[in-house]
Amino acid sequence: MHIPDGYLGPITYGLLWLIMIPIWITAGRKLKKTLKTRQVPLLAIGAAFSFVIMMFNVPIPGGSTGHAVGGTLIAVVLGPWAASVAISVALVVQAIFFGDGGITAIGANCFNIAVVLPFVGYYVYRWIIGNSDANSSRRWIGAGIGSYFGINAAAILTGIEFGIQPYLHHTASGQALYSPYPLKIAVPTMAIEHLLFFGFVELIVTVLVVRYLQRVDITLIEQKAIKGVEA
Amino acid sequence: MKTITKLWIGIVVLVLLVPIGLLAEGTAWGEWGISELEGIDYVPKGMARLSDIWHSPLSGYNLPGWRGSFAISSSGYILSAIIGIGATYLLISVIGKYLATED
Repeated sequence: MHIPDGYLGPITYGLLWLIMIPIWITAGRKLKKTLKTRQVPLLAIGAAFSFVIMMFNVPIPGGSTGHAVGGTLIAVVLGPWAASVAISVALVVQAIFFGDGGITAIGANCFNIAVVLPFVGYYVYRWIIGNSDANSSRRWIGAGIGSYFGINAAAILTGIEFGIQPYLHHTASGQALYSPYPLKIAVPTMAIEHLLFFGFVELIVTVLVVRYLQRVDITLIEQKAIKGVEA
Repeated sequence: MKTITKLWIGIVVLVLLVPIGLLAEGTAWGEWGISELEGIDYVPKGMARLSDIWHSPLSGYNLPGWRGSFAISSSGYILSAIIGIGATYLLISVIGKYLATED
């Protein structure tokens, strides 16, 4: 899901950079109000977890690979704004040091993976858990289903961004200038890969960690202070 | 043991296990280099130009020269994870310094 340099034309990557700037500022403001010094190590662990879990490539039929992101999981523990910051940091490091995701596409990748993914995942989670107890199975079920929706929303959006490129940028003879795959290829491919495979990879990772956290430190599942959204 | 220590131990375990991620052959859809584009017989001009805009020092999580046997590439992959987590940790610490307040 990390869009490399060259796949998006300037209209798309420029717009998504422009969208991300106010989102980062808003996330910073939210954290300024809610983040406590003692919680910073947890934020660092969230970012580190997301970074390292994305290195576990999983092969699927057809020769493609993918991985979990852990974005909904981080949002469940730290709230969606903190998750956005943590994942954005991981994505920026990946792009600059490791060439995983493009520099021009940092805005796009952060919007898809660090904003849409954790927010969709978190609000599906919130909707499922209702007023359930932090210890209840509704929590890990909600987190799992939320994470499935979150990663799929991000994947489909990525497919749309890929897929509009041939319409936005092409030569007089019809050759694409950037990503050459039209919507009818890009969207179904991204959707099917994630609906059938990577969505479940994300779900399993999320459920395992949430169940672990419920056992070792329930306060991580119930803490509200940092979340920046009303319970 | 404090929870945060337990979680860091979990991260260390994951770092030691990352070579598992190397076993997957192939590239994610839409992340091919310009020489391995699937399904078309030309390289889009804009893509060729933009793909050259940045050369990351540890491209593909490989340390330069650390290839050959699985043991060597695994060690390189683990070191990449450590470098990446270190950079991530540093950035979050800086952000935390500006944003976090004492309670």
